[in-house]
Amino acid sequence: MSVDRRQFLRGGMGAAAGGACAAIGAPTAQARDNLTVPDHALGLLYDSTLCIGCRACQSGCKTVNALPLEDNVGGALWDTPYDLSPKTFTVIKLYKDGAAQQKDAEQNGFAFLKRQCLHCVDPSCVSVCPVGAMRKDPVTGIVSHDPGRCIGCRYCVASCPYHVPQFSYDTPFPRISKCELCKEQLAKGDIPACAKVCPTGATLFGTYRELTVEIARRKAMTPGATNTFPRRTVESGDTHERRAATYTEQVYGQTELGGTQVRYLAGVPFDKFELPVGMPVRSYAAQAETLQHTLYGGLVAPFVALAGLVAFAYRGARAHPDDDQHDEASHD
Amino acid sequence: MTDAAVTPAAAPGQPAPVGGNLVNALSVLLAVLLGVALYFLYRRFVEGLGAVTNISNGYPWGIWVVWDVIIATGFACGGYAMALLVYIFNRGEFHPLVRPALTASAIGYSLGGASVLLDLGRYWNFWHILWPGYFNVNSVMFEVAACIALYVVVLWIEFSPIGLAYLKRTKLAGFTNRVLFFFIGLGVLLPSMHQSSLGSLLIPMGYQIHPLWQTPLLPLLFVTSALCMGYAVVIFETTLVGAGFGRDVSAELPLLGRVGKVIAWLLVAFLVLRFGDLAVRGQLAAIFTSGGRSVMFGVETLMFVAPVAMLWPEAPRARLSVLFPAASLMLGAAVLYRIDAFLVAYERGASWSYFPSVPELMVTIGVVALEVLAYLVFIRILPILPGHAR
Repeated sequence: MSVDRRQFLRGGMGAAAGGACAAIGAPTAQARDNLTVPDHALGLLYDSTLCIGCRACQSGCKTVNALPLEDNVGGALWDTPYDLSPKTFTVIKLYKDGAAQQKDAEQNGFAFLKRQCLHCVDPSCVSVCPVGAMRKDPVTGIVSHDPGRCIGCRYCVASCPYHVPQFSYDTPFPRISKCELCKEQLAKGDIPACAKVCPTGATLFGTYRELTVEIARRKAMTPGATNTFPRRTVESGDTHERRAATYTEQVYGQTELGGTQVRYLAGVPFDKFELPVGMPVRSYAAQAETLQHTLYGGLVAPFVALAGLVAFAYRGARAHPDDDQHDEASHD
Repeated sequence: MTDAAVTPAAAPGQPAPVGGNLVNALSVLLAVLLGVALYFLYRRFVEGLGAVTNISNGYPWGIWVVWDVIIATGFACGGYAMALLVYIFNRGEFHPLVRPALTASAIGYSLGGASVLLDLGRYWNFWHILWPGYFNVNSVMFEVAACIALYVVVLWIEFSPIGLAYLKRTKLAGFTNRVLFFFIGLGVLLPSMHQSSLGSLLIPMGYQIHPLWQTPLLPLLFVTSALCMGYAVVIFETTLVGAGFGRDVSAELPLLGRVGKVIAWLLVAFLVLRFGDLAVRGQLAAIFTSGGRSVMFGVETLMFVAPVAMLWPEAPRARLSVLFPAASLMLGAAVLYRIDAFLVAYERGASWSYFPSVPELMVTIGVVALEVLAYLVFIRILPILPGHAR
C-alpha cells in the first residue's frame, strides 16, 4: 500500500510536470495579436443620419445576388424581411422611441440602421471555421464563403458577434449565406449594389483609408451647418448638400474586436440598434487562437506530455500484466 | 448467437462474457427507440434540419451537438479516467474496472463521432475536416474533430486484444498487448486535449456566452468535469449492469468506494476553480443577478456540491445506496454544466429561443439506445465484466 502511494504520488508529480511544461511551453511566443487592416482594404461607410429608409439597398442587393423575396412577418409587407436570412444579405432596421417625431433623436425620435456583414478585420467566422470555408481576402479584406469547402457545422453562425452568417434549415442541401461585398461586381469593375443604388449616399463604398478620411470629415462638421455629401463612392463627384446631423461619439466598427471594414456613423447610440457595444478591442479570434497555439503550437506540449504518459503507461502495463492473463483465460 | 451454456467458465475475478439471449424485452425496446430515431432521421435527410429540429440561426447548435457530442463523449470518459488511474497513477487494483469502462468508451466515442454526421448540414463534405488542404489548424473545432477521430481509433486498438482473443487471433493479440502501453499513453493524452477543447469551443463566442460561464478557464473546467464524469459513469454502469443482470458486485464495491473518493476530490478541485475564477473575474454578484440563469447556475452548483457531501465521509462511501445516487447526481451536474454553458448561457437577443422538439429528442434518445444496445451485446459476448457467480 505504501509503495502504491509513493507510485501514486510519483505519477501525480509526473503528470503535474507534464502539465506545467504544457502551460509554460511558449505562451508569449505563441500569443496571436489582432489581425490588422490590409493595405488595400475595401469597405463601406453607412451613415444612419443620411439614410431615409427607402430600402433601395435591399432591393439592389436582392437583384444582384439573385435572392428571392420573402415575407416573414405575415401581412405587414412594409416590415418584411424582418432581419437577415438566407435570402436577405442586408436589411434596414428601424429604431423608434415614443412619438417617433424627430429623425436621429434618441427620445421621441427614430433612426435607421443597415444590417449586413461588417467584414471584420479579424473575423471570428474565419478563425472558427474548421475547413477554411470562410476566408478573408488578404488584399481587399473581404470576408467570403466557399460552400464547396463548407461542412455545415454552423460554428460561424454561432460565433459571429453580429449574427450575420445565415444557414438554411428548410432544405436537405443547405448552405451558409452572407454579404460578400459584391465581390463579383467588384471583379467586373463595378461597386457593391447597395452603395450603387443608395440615393443619399448613406451607404458609401470606398477603400478603408478613403472612408477613414470621410468619417473624420463628417465628425468635424458643425451640426446643422450645410455640407456636401458624396453618393456611391467618396470620389464619384456625384454629391448633394444637406445639413450635418449631430453624430454620436462612437464610430461603430472602428475598434470593436479589432475593427470592421464596414463602419457606421449614427445620431443615436448604437446599443439602441441592438448592436453589441462594450466589446473588447482584442478580437475573440485572437483570444481563442492564442489559447490554442499556446497549448498546441507546433504540437510541442502534446509530444512532451505524450512522452511522459507513455513512460508511465509502460511502467503501469508492466506492473500489471493482468491483460495477458485475462486474454489467456478468455480463449482457453 | 451465443448463450450461457457455451460460455467458457472463467476463474473468479477474471473477465467473462455475461452470456444470455441477445433478444429480450430491453433489447427490443431499445431497437424500437432506434427505429423511431431512424424515421425522424429519414425526414431530416430528405427535408432538411428544420423539419425535425428547433435549431435556427439564433440557436444554430441544439442537443444534437450539445448532447450527442459534447455530453455523450463526457459520458464516454470512463476509459480515459480509469486508464489515468490504473496505468499513469499505477493503481493496479482498479484493473477489473478497466475493461467495462473501455468498452463503454469505445462505443460512446464512436457513436459520438458518428452522430456529428447527423447534425452537419453539408455532411457529404465531412471529410474536409480531416484532410490537409482543407482543415484550418486555428479552429478549435478542428482540434476537437481531429483529436476525437484519432481517439476513436486508439480506443479500438486498446479494445482490440479482447476482440482478437475472442476471434482466436492469439499472436496478434499478444503483439498488440506488447505495444499497448503506447496507445494507453496516447489514449490519456487525446481526451485531455479534446475534452478541454470542447470547453474552448465557446471562447470565440465571446460576449454571447454569459459571464457566469464564459471564462479562459473553460478548457480546464471541461476536462476536470469530464474526468469526474468518467469516474462517475464507472459507478453508474457497474451498478446498473449489476442490478440488470442480477450480478453480485460486492467484489467491485470497495473499488467503487475509492473511485467515489477520487470523484469527491476532483469535484472539490472543480468547485475551487469555478468559484475562484468567478471571484477573480469579479462576477460573483452575477450569481444572484442573472435571472433565470442564476437559477440554473444554482441548480448546477447544488448538483456539484451534493455528491461531495455524500462521498466525503468514509463509511457511507462504501455503500451502493450512497455511491449510486452520488454518481448519478455528479453526472447530472456535468450534463447541466454543459447544457448551461452551450445553451442557457447563450445570449442571442430576445427574439430567439430554443428548446428541443420531440423528434429532435427522439433522435438523441435513439442514439443513446443504440449505445446501450451495443454495450449489452458486447458484455454478453465478450469477456469484459469481471466474472462472478450469478
